[in-house]
Amino acid sequence: MRYSGFRVIAEALTGHKGWKPVWRDPAPQAEYDYIIVGGGGHGLATAYYLAKEFKQARIAVLEKGYLGGGNVGRNTTIIRSNYLLEGNEPFYEFSLKLWEGLEQDFNYNAMVSQRGIINLIHTDAQRDAFTRRGNGMILNGADAEMLNRDQVRALYPFLNFDNARFPIKGALMQRRGGTVRHDAVAWGYARGADMRGVDLIQNCEVTGMRIENGRIRGVETSRGFIGAKKVGVAVAGSSSKVMAHAGMRLPIESHVLQAFVSEGLKPFINGVMTFGAGHFYVSQSDKGGLVFGGDIDGYNSYAQRGNLPVIEDVAEGGMALMPAIGRARLLRTWGGIMDMSMDGSPIIDKTHVEGLYFNGGWCYGGFKATPASGWCFAHLLAKDEPHKTATAYRFDRFLKGLMIDEKGQGAQPNLH
Amino acid sequence: MIINHPILGPRDAQEFVYLGDANLMGRPDGMTAGIEAFHDYLYNRDNPAGAHRELWYHEQGDRSWLVVTRNTVTHEILKVEMARDVARAGGRSK
Ligand SMILES: Cc1cc2nc3c(=O)[nH]c(=O)nc-3n(C[C@H](O)[C@H](O)[C@H](O)COP(=O)(O)OP(=O)(O)OC[C@H]3O[C@@H](n4cnc5c(N)ncnc54)[C@H](O)[C@@H]3O)c2cc1C
Repeated sequence: MRYSGFRVIAEALTGHKGWKPVWRDPAPQAEYDYIIVGGGGHGLATAYYLAKEFKQARIAVLEKGYLGGGNVGRNTTIIRSNYLLEGNEPFYEFSLKLWEGLEQDFNYNAMVSQRGIINLIHTDAQRDAFTRRGNGMILNGADAEMLNRDQVRALYPFLNFDNARFPIKGALMQRRGGTVRHDAVAWGYARGADMRGVDLIQNCEVTGMRIENGRIRGVETSRGFIGAKKVGVAVAGSSSKVMAHAGMRLPIESHVLQAFVSEGLKPFINGVMTFGAGHFYVSQSDKGGLVFGGDIDGYNSYAQRGNLPVIEDVAEGGMALMPAIGRARLLRTWGGIMDMSMDGSPIIDKTHVEGLYFNGGWCYGGFKATPASGWCFAHLLAKDEPHKTATAYRFDRFLKGLMIDEKGQGAQPNLH
Repeated sequence: MIINHPILGPRDAQEFVYLGDANLMGRPDGMTAGIEAFHDYLYNRDNPAGAHRELWYHEQGDRSWLVVTRNTVTHEILKVEMARDVARAGGRSK
């Protein structure tokens, strides 16, 4: 069923009796050409583009819980392409361009809202660094603008401009950045994949891999063995657990990141704002809640919940930037498990097992990457060679000294 | 999380800085190990869901390094040792 304004009106006039379930609930077949492990944003996007752009068939997505129950439904929904390094920026700009056409492409309202993102500047050195980053973005076809203090003030007059430690001196603005309704991204890709014949199989946990003579034959699951010619793993925070079935140790640690939503307030933050120096970022949802977050908790964790010290730290950051929110009440907090890599950048690559492919290491920034990650992973699965914007996302970059370390922190995941 | 420091007793985890897997104490010999072993040491991790032995530094306390065994699924702390005791038990001089 195609969605359209006409359809909504027609359904409204006939008591909404014509809406159908958005995807099937098939039983797994004995064998597929492609199995994608993980029904999050990246897994679903991969299946969608495999079927739609790369014209492949006999595809299944195996999800241990329900579609979109992982990080794709837990993140703070920010999209942007404001990276500095060569290995990253073309990829993230490709992703932002895909976001711009996504809703028409998969005929689903994902509420893509290019409301602009600013990164606040407090010192001359930071201004230099952000100017350099902005130039890097422009060189790769993205948009970037430096705002001075008055321009920031015009946007957000209520910020604490004269904070003694971090006075606001300006900002790097990317107007094409913004937010997207995260669940709708999972649902839109799921629906689009299902319409093209992809089997979306839920409550199906991958518990092992059948590997013979260095080649993948299929996966053991909680619903029995399922054969496959090629298997692509996109399980975010569970990457190390799943790839251990193939005897691999990854350059990844799993960490918890928390997110926060306040009670609904009248609209006063119309874009996205990051206060890196204060470990705080915020946007306001269409329902009025402030959606915000800060640092990861900082220790290895597979618990989808964090601890109180980070909540305190984030609240302090918010108060330092916007004293006006002092009386707003926090409605909800939750956590998600992220695959923090050793240089803060992702991996989309083949493995030592023929027919087994890996997509992970997205850290806290993989939501914005969803369309390009799916596209590039589908490209690798279908053609056995990397997409041109994802050639740097290899496992062996650590061995060869070709790290993509935006922050320059070295091999310590909790600092990225 | 409360870390039960072997000398100082129960301390809030906020006083500590987290480094990572306690295997980082076993750095390979730079002259003999070779690049593959060093790469594995520096970049690859077991990253288990369950008991994990990890290094915490008591920065806002006595500046000691601890080896904490903690469950990464429940955050329960199972065991706390002085890192130097662990190193000595493993045959190192310090
Ligand atoms: C609090 C928070 C805020 C964030 N904010 C942002 C942001 O503002 N912008 C941004 O770009 N990114 C953000 N991120 C990061 C982003 O959400 C993730 O990088 C991204 O969603 C990960 O890819 P995914 O959607 O495929 O992951 P998930 O949705 O986690 O998908 C992985 C799926 O694999 C399944 N799975 C795991 N093990 C198995 C198994 N053995 N068998 C079968 N299935 C399995 C899981 O159940 C899960 O559904 C945030 C993350 C968190 C936690």
